[in-house]
Amino acid sequence: MAKILLIAEHDGQSLNPATAKAVSCAQAIGGDLDIAVFASSAGAVAEKASKFEGVARVLTVERPENEAPLASVLAPQIAALAADYTHVLLPSTTFGKDVMPRVAALLGVAPISDIMTVIDPTTFKRPIYAGNAIVTVKAPAEPLVLGTARTASFQPAAEGGSADIVAKQLDVELPTHTRYVGLKSGGGDRPDLQSASRVVSGGRGVGSEENFQIIYKLADKLNAAVGASRAAVDAGFVPNEMQVGQTGKIIAPELYVAVGISGAIQHCTGIKDAGTIVAINKDPDAPIFEMADIGLVGDLFEVLPELEKALDARA
Amino acid sequence: MKILVAIKRVIDANVRVQLKRDGSGIVTDGVKMSINPFDEIALEEALRIRESGKDAEIVAVSIGSDASQQQLRTALAMGADRALLVKTDGEVQPLHAAHTLLAVIRKEQPDLVLMGKQAIDDDSNQTGQMLAALWQRPQATFTSKLDLDSDKASCTREVDAGLETIEVDLPAVVTTDLRLNQPRYVKMPDIMKAKRKPLDTIGLTELGTPELPKLEITAYEAPQGRAGGGKKVGNAAELVAALKERGVL
Repeated sequence: MAKILLIAEHDGQSLNPATAKAVSCAQAIGGDLDIAVFASSAGAVAEKASKFEGVARVLTVERPENEAPLASVLAPQIAALAADYTHVLLPSTTFGKDVMPRVAALLGVAPISDIMTVIDPTTFKRPIYAGNAIVTVKAPAEPLVLGTARTASFQPAAEGGSADIVAKQLDVELPTHTRYVGLKSGGGDRPDLQSASRVVSGGRGVGSEENFQIIYKLADKLNAAVGASRAAVDAGFVPNEMQVGQTGKIIAPELYVAVGISGAIQHCTGIKDAGTIVAINKDPDAPIFEMADIGLVGDLFEVLPELEKALDARA
Repeated sequence: MKILVAIKRVIDANVRVQLKRDGSGIVTDGVKMSINPFDEIALEEALRIRESGKDAEIVAVSIGSDASQQQLRTALAMGADRALLVKTDGEVQPLHAAHTLLAVIRKEQPDLVLMGKQAIDDDSNQTGQMLAALWQRPQATFTSKLDLDSDKASCTREVDAGLETIEVDLPAVVTTDLRLNQPRYVKMPDIMKAKRKPLDTIGLTELGTPELPKLEITAYEAPQGRAGGGKKVGNAAELVAALKERGVL
């Protein structure tokens, strides 16, 4: 039977929601599941991780070097822990993508990036060519199976469990050649784009950084995260981390509202797993309408205030 | 300093990828091939480092069939000093590529290795990190800003939460993201000049990489399309009603 180790992603205070989705991927593989939390102080994060249903143990590895998520520091520790497992999983976020291959090379494993479907414990589906084709890959079972779980392909795991939290000491020498300096985040208090159940995105049609306020307003009304097309990011309306699409974030919210976005293939690749897609655009021939479930042709500067009113009226 | 830039020959980013009719792979016959766009950004960054006044030799390396010489020639035309093709007609997965690049590094002793964060064919996003691990050196993935010092580098990384900055000792592996730079266009005189620049070839087996595990690809398929349906509504109130009907409000 499979014995799976999942590496938790967190910022020192809270568990990243991508972890909950990777738990679902682990459950699809089946078997015993442990979650490892590498941190300087694992407390709240480990507590949260222990609440997922079906988790056997949460292992905490606390040392000052684990304060920031540096791949070169985490990889040798994960490799040391991996010896007891048949599978090691990480979420397919920038964190997981950074760390996982470094672990793979240390263990001599051919890993699977972006697992979207589990066929059996060693066979998976994953996207290639930016999702324009899907391959089925079979990984060698020995020494172990290592991969990242594509977050847009899995629902967050249910809570209701209470796993034991076990402190682990690992006698691993860590490199000092890489030093964390800091993180600049433009996010604010809005929901996290990668994991939000609702997202409102603006495109080139929004016109300017100032005009983007209209997108934020609608998002706040819907309690949604805010995204943007590559065109809007390239034009400087919003920071890079808000980009949704092939070269940005690939997301799967329940509701996605595309405002003033034409629907370039590279953008559509990032949203095709969304539940309901709404497109608002003044060009009736915009390609976004082809993939949208509900379309509204109109000037966004007229439509959005009306939409806010209609949302208020509903309450 | 010496900068090694790893480049991969891939289907051009503007080509619409098609599956072979029998589902055995992707159609590549007669399809335009190019340098992986992220690798092109890596090469551009190397050129800019040299143009900023650093005394740098830039070596472009590729692993692949003879056809990859075409992309190496383009790299030379962009401004690389010399090129090396590690020749193989077989499929090269990331772990194999990393071990192969490690063997090249042992010979070349670069101070910096630059490559794209991922290749746009298999989208694995693995080789740079694997190489850094095998070489026991730092990695800076998703780099969107690179500042070199004499023995270290400051790298700004595009992570999900924003822009993360790390400092790495050299030598190091840096993988490049979209916004690091805008690669230059190659000019005709440079293409002519590139023909006289050295392009060496070595067989993959001559590098003596170990036997390595591989993923076996058992099937290719088209992604499931979105039904969409494009139901149009006339105004905001109708939109809210339609959303309620679908149970998302």
